[in-house]
Amino acid sequence: MITLSHVSKWYQSFQVLKDCSTEIAKGEVVVVCGPSGSGKSTLIKCVNGLEPFQEGTISVAGTSVGDRKTNLPKLRARIGMVFQHFELFPHLSVMRNLVLAQMKVLGRGREESEQRGMKLLDRVGLREHAHKYPGQLSGGQQQRVAIARALAMDPIAMLFDEPTSALDPEMINEVLEVMIALAKEGMTMAVVTHEMGFAHKVAHRVVFMDKGEIVEDAPTTEFFNKPRSERAQTFLSKILQH
Amino acid sequence: MFSNFDFDVIIRSLPYLFIDGMSFTLLLTAFAASGGIIFGTLLALMRLSGFAPLSLPAAGYVNLMRSVPLVLMIFWFYFLVPYIGQWITGAPRPIQVGAFLSSLVTFTLFEAAYYCEIMRAGIQSIPRGQVAAAQALGMNYAQTMGYIVLPQALRNMLPVLLTQTIILFQDTSLVYVLSITDFLGAASKVAQRDGRLVEMYLFAALVYFVISFVVSRLVRHLQTRVAIIR
Repeated sequence: MITLSHVSKWYQSFQVLKDCSTEIAKGEVVVVCGPSGSGKSTLIKCVNGLEPFQEGTISVAGTSVGDRKTNLPKLRARIGMVFQHFELFPHLSVMRNLVLAQMKVLGRGREESEQRGMKLLDRVGLREHAHKYPGQLSGGQQQRVAIARALAMDPIAMLFDEPTSALDPEMINEVLEVMIALAKEGMTMAVVTHEMGFAHKVAHRVVFMDKGEIVEDAPTTEFFNKPRSERAQTFLSKILQH
Repeated sequence: MFSNFDFDVIIRSLPYLFIDGMSFTLLLTAFAASGGIIFGTLLALMRLSGFAPLSLPAAGYVNLMRSVPLVLMIFWFYFLVPYIGQWITGAPRPIQVGAFLSSLVTFTLFEAAYYCEIMRAGIQSIPRGQVAAAQALGMNYAQTMGYIVLPQALRNMLPVLLTQTIILFQDTSLVYVLSITDFLGAASKVAQRDGRLVEMYLFAALVYFVISFVVSRLVRHLQTRVAIIR
């Protein structure tokens, strides 16, 4: 469903992505990991065109992302994205956060949008918080609202950019549980994360990046049991020793 | 020490001062502030766009307006607007627009430069992630600005916008150069007519002070009410 081929990106003379190619099939859950500064967030933001790239092609459900003729807002409306810092709209209530894009982008009616929003809030366990403002919720609750907001658009795939990195440890699980449930339902997901437990449990494949390159792209068990590259081995030994 | 002064002149001229004078001042302030904020926001969006044919003229406009004395602008527009009107409509004679319209245009255009800088700071204060989140939901530029960025920027900048509006309220007294009867103009006319300069100018100063002071207090109160819950 999502195909990246030979994607390269530069910030002026500094190359942040080097010839990255991979594929995510429908219903597949792919975890992208690697040391900080390895370009994994940048790569995932290229998928919905939030970051431009200079070389290569990315196609999502047959639509080329880098093509000038592509209607990017229309494409993005079909891909859900969850950010490290939640990025809920602080001036709008939780319900307005869920409803706004449904109404303005998809053209749904208010009632239909609110029903859909309520259903998703219920699903992430936050039904009674619909009328609060994001600032009144904890980090974990905000991130669950953010996931619900993305799901309200009925996306064909979901992108997660370090969804638990900004959370206090005791809130990480409530967010991961929502993501695990989503994965088990067969949602196509690309997840940038350091949560190796999550990767173990639901990822079909792990993509390991370092210095802007995709160093390893392997089925989950293979990646954890016998990583081929030395860099992945070092990374895993650092992350898993505790 | 006040034995030589006649404060009754104030009481006698109250209807003229407020019904003729103050209503002009307040109308001019209200219209110029609304127009200035709208035009200023547009200018701010132009300045912040990466597209040089938009950002350069906007920057030039703001810098020009901010380096010309307001009195000069008031004069200029008063004499110029009739000719511009003639040029646009192709009328045979300069179109008399009247002092109110002319000063309204001047203040709107002049204040827009200041409101622009305030709104620019407000827009820049919104984290880039907010824009990314709006775009990721499929919103286009107008929707992102209209529903996400500008409402937050306006709330953040409300105290500064209203402070600027209080300055505008005081600056409207400069229309006296066109011998318009705004509040200060009315006070000045009574003062000249009755030879009561000290009384009238003291009273005018007091009224400006009270209004500005009360409004700035209200601003503080309002600020806590519209603030975004964080």
